[in-house]
Amino acid sequence: MNYSFSKDLKRFSIISIVVGAIAIFYGFWDTPRTVEEAQEKAAAAQHGHNGHGSVETHHSNQGDVNYKSHNDQEDSYQEEHIDGDDHRSDSAENVDDDLQNFHSSDHLIDQTADSDENVYNGESQDEKISSELQYADSDEHQQGHDAESIGTNTHSVQYPSKDTHENVGGHDTHIDHGKHLLHQFKNKPWASVYVSALFFLFIALGTLAFYAVQRASQAGWPIVLFRVMESITAYLIPGGLIVLVILLFSVYGANHLFVWTDSKVVEHDVIIQNKSWYLNDAGFLFRALVILLGWGLYRTYARKFSIKQDQDVAPSINYHKKNFKLSAGFLVFYIISVSVMSWDWLMSIDPHWFSTLFGWYVFASMFVTGITVIALMTIYLKSKGYLDFVNSSHIHDLAKFMFGISIFWTYLWFSQFMLIWYSNIPEEVTYFISRLEDYRLPFLSLLILNFVFPVLVLMNTDFKRTNYIVIITGIVIVIGHYMDVFNMVMPGTVGDQWSLGLVEIGAFLFFLGLFIQIVFRSLEKVPLLAKGDPLVQESKRFHY
Amino acid sequence: MASQNLIHAVFDDDDQLLDAVKEIRGKKIHIEEIYTPFPVHGLDKAMGLAPTRISIASFMYGCFGLAVALVLTNYIMIEDWPQNIGGKPSFSYFENIPAFVPILFEMTVFFAAHLMVITFYLRSKLWPFKKAENPINATTDDKFLVVLESSSSPEKDIEFLKILGAIDITLKEEEH
Repeated sequence: MNYSFSKDLKRFSIISIVVGAIAIFYGFWDTPRTVEEAQEKAAAAQHGHNGHGSVETHHSNQGDVNYKSHNDQEDSYQEEHIDGDDHRSDSAENVDDDLQNFHSSDHLIDQTADSDENVYNGESQDEKISSELQYADSDEHQQGHDAESIGTNTHSVQYPSKDTHENVGGHDTHIDHGKHLLHQFKNKPWASVYVSALFFLFIALGTLAFYAVQRASQAGWPIVLFRVMESITAYLIPGGLIVLVILLFSVYGANHLFVWTDSKVVEHDVIIQNKSWYLNDAGFLFRALVILLGWGLYRTYARKFSIKQDQDVAPSINYHKKNFKLSAGFLVFYIISVSVMSWDWLMSIDPHWFSTLFGWYVFASMFVTGITVIALMTIYLKSKGYLDFVNSSHIHDLAKFMFGISIFWTYLWFSQFMLIWYSNIPEEVTYFISRLEDYRLPFLSLLILNFVFPVLVLMNTDFKRTNYIVIITGIVIVIGHYMDVFNMVMPGTVGDQWSLGLVEIGAFLFFLGLFIQIVFRSLEKVPLLAKGDPLVQESKRFHY
Repeated sequence: MASQNLIHAVFDDDDQLLDAVKEIRGKKIHIEEIYTPFPVHGLDKAMGLAPTRISIASFMYGCFGLAVALVLTNYIMIEDWPQNIGGKPSFSYFENIPAFVPILFEMTVFFAAHLMVITFYLRSKLWPFKKAENPINATTDDKFLVVLESSSSPEKDIEFLKILGAIDITLKEEEH
């Protein structure tokens, strides 16, 4: 039986595309064009933030806004330092209101230390330097898009001195900060589109990996779901091309998503210079092309073989065997390419930062999202009267995967977080400081949406077989992993000027509509059951 | 019931066993026990056994383990002997919680797993040096044994079991 794309769904997806496109265009149109406009907008937008400093800037006059908010940021970045000093002041609790007092005294200490270093013994010297390092680097991270400020800050990373310290807080950076703000605002619509484009590409890619695993392991149970998986991966090629176009725009300077593409920034930045053998325009685009080509080829041929196996008149399993070999080979390519992709497309947004398990982390995120979307789509199709050969045991297995991979994702998330939090190395920890300061709600919501909720709900065997519970949990997981990508992209591109507003939701809707169009159109083309697969009977009879 | 006739039917395939069990129960014949070399998926449901409650027990053991770990880490690291580890003085449990998460996790798993196994042993009346209960040794190898109550005419039952694919059928009279 073939699927026919229902009118309601078609209408929904087209409306979604149109509304999303309008919102995206509005987002680009609404971008401030001058520094002054950006400053006005920042002042107006301050209310929506969780950061410590933002409240105070709210009522200050316009000229001062940048300077002040800048200072506030400095202060909040020193919180870590303050934490470390708790034992000195014998205070266990860090009340936000008290922070200001701490800071002023802290500055004094630093200044004194600079003028008369002999006052302090070696240990506290070390502490001071490390805290300053951290401060300088975090600031640099924030100002990363500005050539001039990078210039001053690079020096301070290497040898923090009193001069640069004062410079950063002083009026020299006033204009820089305004420019920086403008860049952040200009990035915002781009980043919103980029987040959604990547997220939906990840759905297709995660599904593709899941499909390849089933093919390579010759699993018996999921044959009846193969057509659903194949149609989800149909989004891979168009979705990948969209991402490629965004990357091209970024490399050729249409936006500041990737700071390292700006030669003026690299000129003054030793850390990026050292990475430029890898992180350069040509290599970046070349890798993107190779990666997308590899994924696209596998998807095309796996689908082709799968359909040919159905049409095979003679009882042979040649195409099944071909698919097995192809999938096993693809998985090797996939696990490497997904790591490279995550360094290039996500990690290089914060070019000073690095994490060795980032590739795995991104993989876990896309894997669980892909599986969740398979489950959601299967249940949707079943509710429309299709896929009568899919029974509750298949749903049960998908839900088990959702449960298990959610835990796997959390394991990687936490492994990355804890090691960086504990070691507290300046160039690493800035990544999480900016997330904890400016992105507290989205950052911590990840744990609730992607771990606590799915684990507690899907722990029960019966719940895994209950369609509406799987749907609810699935929607939560999908939102959670959208937030995950959001958290990977936004802090390095728009800083504390983020929001989950019109443009973000619009971009999500646009890509959702596109996704539905492509996926369901692909689903229409061939029968819903891969009847030629040698394991199809086992899959139909599958029970647990 | 003064005396009870039992039939021992041996199968050598788990799929056949599963189908046979459904047929036997369809005829309202009571199955005493089934001995298998490995867990057969769906057998408990086919036999009509009450669903296991060990997962609930396991969840509670896990919660208990988590609670123990919370108290343990809090007492050792915060209350009793706070130290400054890596510039992170441990005066507040909440601010240091990432460092304790591995311990919380491991203790949860430890308690859940061990107590679950012990519960399973107790519930199944298993202990070291216990004499094996399986009537034939082949059920630890590759055979499946169904012990069922015979009806008034054992010959009919034996015929029925043969059709279902039993490879060896014996009639046992048991005194009670």
